[in-house]
Amino acid sequence: MSVAPFIVLSAILFTIGCVGVLTRRNAIVVFMCVELMLNASNLALVTFARANGNLDGQIAAFFVMVVAAAEVVVGLAIIMNIFRTRRSASVDDASLLKY
Amino acid sequence: MNAPALMSAPLMHLPPVVDPSATSGVFSLLWLVVALPALGAVVLLLAGKRADAWAHLLGCATVAISFLISLILFFSLLGRGHGDRQVTQHLWTWFSAGHYTVNLDLLYDPLSALFLLLITGVGGIIHVYSIGYMEHDERRRRFFGYLNLFVAAMLVLVLASDYVGLFLGWEGVGLASYLLIGFWQHKPSAAAAAKKAFVINRVGDMGLFLGSALIFVTFGSTSFAAVSASSHQASSGTLTVIGLLLLLGACGKSAQFPLQTWLLDAMEGPTPVSALIHAATMVTAGVYLIVRSNFIFSLSENARTAVIVIGCITLLMGAVIGCAKDDIKKALAGSTMSQIGYMVLAAGLGPAGYAFAIFHLLTHGFFKANMFLGAGSVMHGMDDDVNMRHYGALRKAMPVTFATFAIGYLAILGVPPFAGFWSKDKIIEAAFGQNFVVGLCTLVGAGVTAFYMTRLMLMTFETSKRWEKGMHPHESPKVMTNPLKSLATLSALGGLFLVNGWITTWLTPVVGERVEHSLAVGSIGMSLIALVVVGIGVAVAWQLVGSRPVPRVAPENVSVFTRAARADLYGDAVNDEVVIKPGVAGIRGLGVFDGSVVDGIVQGLAASLTAISVKLRLVQNGFVRSYALAVLAGALIVIFAMLAVNFS
Repeated sequence: MSVAPFIVLSAILFTIGCVGVLTRRNAIVVFMCVELMLNASNLALVTFARANGNLDGQIAAFFVMVVAAAEVVVGLAIIMNIFRTRRSASVDDASLLKY
Repeated sequence: MNAPALMSAPLMHLPPVVDPSATSGVFSLLWLVVALPALGAVVLLLAGKRADAWAHLLGCATVAISFLISLILFFSLLGRGHGDRQVTQHLWTWFSAGHYTVNLDLLYDPLSALFLLLITGVGGIIHVYSIGYMEHDERRRRFFGYLNLFVAAMLVLVLASDYVGLFLGWEGVGLASYLLIGFWQHKPSAAAAAKKAFVINRVGDMGLFLGSALIFVTFGSTSFAAVSASSHQASSGTLTVIGLLLLLGACGKSAQFPLQTWLLDAMEGPTPVSALIHAATMVTAGVYLIVRSNFIFSLSENARTAVIVIGCITLLMGAVIGCAKDDIKKALAGSTMSQIGYMVLAAGLGPAGYAFAIFHLLTHGFFKANMFLGAGSVMHGMDDDVNMRHYGALRKAMPVTFATFAIGYLAILGVPPFAGFWSKDKIIEAAFGQNFVVGLCTLVGAGVTAFYMTRLMLMTFETSKRWEKGMHPHESPKVMTNPLKSLATLSALGGLFLVNGWITTWLTPVVGERVEHSLAVGSIGMSLIALVVVGIGVAVAWQLVGSRPVPRVAPENVSVFTRAARADLYGDAVNDEVVIKPGVAGIRGLGVFDGSVVDGIVQGLAASLTAISVKLRLVQNGFVRSYALAVLAGALIVIFAMLAVNFS
């Protein structure tokens, strides 16, 4: 089995996520892009686990999923609160904590 | 060929060695002489108000008992053989470091014996007088505590057997002097005078301190015994430097030129203090130091010349200042400076003059304390007015004060047979034996002394009444006049010390054999010349003060000399110009340097850091996306760096 297509797919997904985080303003979209990057890295981990024939990568992938689930809970809660107080989900509007 | 000539040349007189024997018998009481006044001071200063009722009695009793013990010791010493008159009492080892040990030993020899009698005797009389003088002062207990402290410190000074011990007493009397000059500290002038005395004394103390340090470096010890035994082995240069440093110490304590300015201001203190500390005892400590260090000064011609010059300058300066003062105490203070100038000069004459310096010190202690207490009695009757232009015709109002003051007056003038005649005459004689110019200085000084003392007498006790309105001068109570009477008796009889040359013989174990100089005019001729000069001084004073009315306000259109003398010969002005102004300017300069250079560097650094931070702060713009970009950039840099390391 060739590893290359999976890694290429993982890289493409990661890049999309990355560009999304840097360019989009909607907090929900930024959040989804973060998830995309996490899953791109999960794909790479699982791929390498298969290639190496052991379970280390898959265990790491599970950890990432668990942490991501927790992160979603906290993140969505923050976004909800920002939306409630500011009537906007734009990350650029939430720029009060600065110099 | 020259060797025999060198051999036959007279050997230089080596100064006597301090070689005391341990105390025994009655001499074991020596420590009590110091301990009693010290104990008195502690009790009086710590007991608080409950001691107010009996404080003055305790203060007098401690000094009186010390005087009795001193008398007993003196007669015991008198009973001993001529070569056996030095005893030492070991109290304890003060400190030791390596080979250097300082013992707190008391040295009792003919010199300290005389000082013990003077300090406790005159000190006791002045204590009694203070009972009356300070009667209405609510802080009298504290006054007596300070007086006792002074007496204890002064006794430590003269009984120490070591320069370090002497320094302890030296500082102790300085402290007591400070406390007592500033006793009425609610007066700003008194507080300032106390501070001035303390600061100027510090300059002199530094001289004594450095002198002692150099003595330690040179001889490896600071005890009189060790130093006197080996002083002839030191190089003459070292001895001269030690001598000059000790002279600086003496100048500070004894108000000699150029450290003389504090003494006139010190008259802010209560009059008994002026009598005890600033006339009879403390200010003569410089003379004591020089005579005690005779094993240094006898071997250094140059140091002695410096001592003579200082003595000459001060004796004339003090006399001139005394001529122009209208404040009775300041006139007497100028006189004190002048008389101590005589003593310092005599001490500078070396073996020819040591004994006469001490002799004049004793007689001066009697008659000057007498006159200061007399002045205090006059002030007591005149509501503490010190301006002689407000006195006049007090002879009738205060007969006892006048009579005793007159005896002191005759004594300081050097009229036979009063004490001053014997002591001052001997100094003039010895000065002429040394050098004609020095002799002339002492002679002129005697004439000027006669002038200002006659002026003081006339303005105070004779001439017309110039009293303030509502003034009723009255004689002081017995507790004040009796001390005056006893001091007047001493002033009259002080010359007895010289009977048969007793005092010179007595002091021989300490200062060595006296060197005689015979004068062309002879001893009696010299006395006659001195008396003629004194007569001229009296006549001039009579002409200028006695024979015409004294103005109640000091005249303004006076000669430049009078103006200079009124300004203390510009002593303060010179200090201002030479020391204080450059000092202030230097400190200002340092301030500017600190403000511009030091602060400039520190603050410049801080300012540039702030400027950088202001720019750098803008990076923190609050946009999450730009933070994410920074994280990405960082991650990429790390990755590329790792790749570069791995594949290079």
